[in-house]
Amino acid sequence: MENLLQQLLNGVTWGSIYALIALGYTMVYGVLRLINFAHGEVYMMGAMTGYYAAHWLGFAGEPSLLGLVAVLTASMAVCGLLGALIERVAYRPLRGAGRLAPLITAIGVSLLLQNSGQLVFGADPKFFPPLLRSREVFGAGEVAVSNIQLTVLATAILLMGALQYIVQRTRFGRAMRAVSYDAPAAALMGVPVDRVISGTFVLGSMLAAAAGILVGLSNPKIDPLMGLMPGLKAFVAAVLGGIGSVPGAMVGGLLLGVIETLVTGYLSSTYRDAIAFVILVVILLYRPTGLFGAPQTEKV
Amino acid sequence: MGARGVRIGALVGALAALHWLAPLVLNPYYVTILARIGIAIVAAVSLQLVNGFTGQFSIGHAGFMALGAYSSAAFSVYLGAGVLDALGGGALARLAYFPFPLVCGGLVAAAAGLVVAVPALRLRGDYLAIATLGAGEIIRIAILNVDAVGGARGFSLASAAHPGIDLRFDSLAGVYGVAVVTIAAIARLVYSGGGLAFRAVREDETAAESLGIPTTRVKVEAFLVSSFFAGVAGALFAHSEGYIHTNSFSFVRSFELVAFVVLGGLGSLSGAVIAAATLTAAPELLRGLGEWRMILYSLLLITTMILRPQGLLGQRELFDFGRRRGAS
Repeated sequence: MENLLQQLLNGVTWGSIYALIALGYTMVYGVLRLINFAHGEVYMMGAMTGYYAAHWLGFAGEPSLLGLVAVLTASMAVCGLLGALIERVAYRPLRGAGRLAPLITAIGVSLLLQNSGQLVFGADPKFFPPLLRSREVFGAGEVAVSNIQLTVLATAILLMGALQYIVQRTRFGRAMRAVSYDAPAAALMGVPVDRVISGTFVLGSMLAAAAGILVGLSNPKIDPLMGLMPGLKAFVAAVLGGIGSVPGAMVGGLLLGVIETLVTGYLSSTYRDAIAFVILVVILLYRPTGLFGAPQTEKV
Repeated sequence: MGARGVRIGALVGALAALHWLAPLVLNPYYVTILARIGIAIVAAVSLQLVNGFTGQFSIGHAGFMALGAYSSAAFSVYLGAGVLDALGGGALARLAYFPFPLVCGGLVAAAAGLVVAVPALRLRGDYLAIATLGAGEIIRIAILNVDAVGGARGFSLASAAHPGIDLRFDSLAGVYGVAVVTIAAIARLVYSGGGLAFRAVREDETAAESLGIPTTRVKVEAFLVSSFFAGVAGALFAHSEGYIHTNSFSFVRSFELVAFVVLGGLGSLSGAVIAAATLTAAPELLRGLGEWRMILYSLLLITTMILRPQGLLGQRELFDFGRRRGAS
């Protein structure tokens, strides 16, 4: 029982990271109907930027909450710009050219970031500096809650709350929902579609950067290829929740994290990677629009 | 002997020349690269049938290649080595033997293609793409957990019971012979009268259905043929490399194959051939650039796509694959 509680806790922590990445997939899909396969690499860049920011700003040696906030902000800013740049260079020129061409440039951008990462950062894993001193804040029997887990959860919840506010309560959020609902009609109503799409990439990339930092905190080995699997899994999480749905991505991410941790803990770690895809296929067969997606009727 | 006989004769002559001359003229490195290009062509052309002609977006093709590679390798190691040993392992025996593992790989992949296609084809568009991606990864991870084919250590084509038998098949003639057969088979399929059904499904599924085209059967057929040839490509890969690992068949490989067909032009066999050959050769030709080569490769991919969103050839072909006038 205690073991189960611990597993659930670990799963929720890991799942909140998936959820942050999944939000980027789902928002971009919402406005562009594009599966942005380069998103996992933005998350990698977030972790890498965090690594350098921590060293340059001088927080690498001395753990403090201020350091964490500063590194998080720096990394989110850099990745936000990176996201806007990717959209501008690789996707905008292909607006209106069908849906497959941007998919290929997405793969191209993903390869580009992985390989530039290996060139600039080196292919060997780096150790993310401890921005917080790890300690147990709560322990009962076999269940142990570390301050790092709490920080990861709190940051993720805070960011998702902020996102929910932006999407539901601000002018930009309303524009984003309008574009996602019907882009040509939104354009006719005077919504600056291109700017909204840029903004969506900025938001999604910032969340991915935050996920990169949070991973660095709890699992400090980072390398230029680290975005590949988590990126794909977060995408599965987005589909599980219903691609295009913001609350869906949050729930999907948490659910996937918990399921994966339970499978690793109670079955076998070799099947850990497979379980995500099995869930994916089952969901697609029985409820392709995911848990929160609205079914789309086809117009003839 | 008509024009057809002459063409087949010329082809056999060319392949024989390739078989004898290539090892004399080219160093083994180039032979390996050329073999990989041939294999990429088989895989790309097979994917073109589903993605380009039938309009069903599959991004899990590497899974079928993996099944072909592993089943054919197991066939050779556990069965073929003994048979070859009994036959003396001469050149003629090897030549007669090698079609068998290829067909075996193709059939296993086709069976899996059927298993994936029947439920997956209820889905459309992006959802189908995502499902095939998942299926491909499930296949790969499942193979990774089978100890009889090496699991995480990879699988070497060497039989412990028959150590003297060389199970590798690295003749370029074999690879390109299979490539020609694949292109011819798929060209005959899609550019025949009945092949119009594939393109009808691509253009408008609802309209095709209302014209009485059995769309589900057409889609399953495309998947079946496509996964068969993907399996053959995998089997060729296993037998020319001599060692396989599931890492070679991850979703990254599937993406690469999708890049071949989109860059070549969806619905163009010659486009797929050109793109597969160029994109397979490019990283090797750029090897002099060291670490910069993959960066240049990805930039090449992005810029070509932006400049030619419809692909290099669009839906056109360089050759008239025996198609009738007006049939396109």
